[in-house]
Amino acid sequence: MNYHWNWDIFWELSPDGVHTYFQTLMLGTAWTLITAACAWIIAFASGSIVGVVRTTPYAIAVRLGDVYVELFRNVPLLVQMFLWYFVFPEVVPHAFGTWLKQLPNGSFYTAVVALGLYMSARVAEQVRAGILSLPRGQRQAALALGLTLPQTYAYVLLPMTYRIIMPPLTSELLNTIKNSAVALTIGLMELTARARAMQEFSFQVFEAFTAATIIYIIINIVVTFAMRLLERRIAAPGYLGFRAPAAGH
Amino acid sequence: MFVNFDFDVIWRSLPYLFYRGMTFTLLLTALATAGGIVIGTLLALMRLSGTTALTVAAAAYVNLMRSVPFVLMIFWFYFLVPYIGQWVTRSAQPIQVGAFASCLITFTLFEAAFFCEIMRAGIQSISRGQVAAAQALGMTYPTVMGYIVLPQAFRNMVPVLLTQTIILFQDTSLVYVISVTDFLGAASKVAERDGRLVEMYTFAAAVYFIISLVASRAVAHLQRRVAIIR
Repeated sequence: MNYHWNWDIFWELSPDGVHTYFQTLMLGTAWTLITAACAWIIAFASGSIVGVVRTTPYAIAVRLGDVYVELFRNVPLLVQMFLWYFVFPEVVPHAFGTWLKQLPNGSFYTAVVALGLYMSARVAEQVRAGILSLPRGQRQAALALGLTLPQTYAYVLLPMTYRIIMPPLTSELLNTIKNSAVALTIGLMELTARARAMQEFSFQVFEAFTAATIIYIIINIVVTFAMRLLERRIAAPGYLGFRAPAAGH
Repeated sequence: MFVNFDFDVIWRSLPYLFYRGMTFTLLLTALATAGGIVIGTLLALMRLSGTTALTVAAAAYVNLMRSVPFVLMIFWFYFLVPYIGQWVTRSAQPIQVGAFASCLITFTLFEAAFFCEIMRAGIQSISRGQVAAAQALGMTYPTVMGYIVLPQAFRNMVPVLLTQTIILFQDTSLVYVISVTDFLGAASKVAERDGRLVEMYTFAAAVYFIISLVASRAVAHLQRRVAIIR
């Protein structure tokens, strides 16, 4: 191989004249984490609501929840990013659209909304599956005791559901972090985009991508470890048995 | 909202979008699925082989692929494949690889990690007694796998494999990052040339939506049928 390796490239000054390449990668990591965290809040909140709605006895609500999930699950994330970034400001009232386009860090807000809603459909599927995996008797017993439907969910169904779906939720959180890389297409300077920029300016392709890969692996390990700890902390007594295998995509 | 919507630009570019773009997308999806399942099955057999070196190597590969963003992997392979080609063919220069070949290698190797996990679950769903019985009949490892375990594992996992294929179909849109003309790439080129972003991206989203929705409904239908037979 006649590739010229240069691992000292990370300590050289990047074209912005202020930061070294290593520092630009760190900035990228920060953007990745902030984007993923904000998107996860949206995904978790709206995913939980939609997931719950899809298990209620109201047919119309269930139908609407189904439509929501199908809509966000069947369009590629990249296309959804483009829709929010290029199309959405054009179809809303003109003044609002102009304000949106002039927003500083616009690609960040777009990425958070697009990624959050995209992942919320997946969270909704997990929440729904978790609720449906509970024995039917739990809901019936709660209602028979005179709890209202919201109380049944809040005190009986959901506390168990979230414990059961912790492993798949961990996967979805990791997916949110990984999928934030797609936001580079709308100009968000997150970790992958920084590695790509570093490659373009310094021509040290493999050093840049190796560094980004290692950072992603570290994030992965830390998040997985933290979620395991949380899982163990909130495990219901007598239910320590459910260690479901780590889910895929 | 649709006052200025120009349907004509979509109509005009239909041949380009589908002949050029969708052909690329579907061909990439089909070939990468086929290749991914073959390599994924081999990886799954490695992981379950009981030989430490093979197990560790396969597990490391799968975990690596699963912990980095696909976009980063596309960049990796885009730059790496010419060097690998040089190493394989022993040529003096990094070899030129076409866009399609580069994408195909990337998608096959990346998705193999996900197909591996599906096939592993499939293989583990076959009862031990069957393997023991086959071995007791004097069958060798390739025979046991080829005639007893894999056909059943594959059959049990068909719905999951197809669902993964739909995910792969949606993932192909990511080749946009290396400026390849897949369906989304074609739509984006027309959009930028004619300044018709709203029309083209809305149309692209609708096409992806319809194809994925119909495919996932078909998979759900298949899943119900398979479930009844078993």
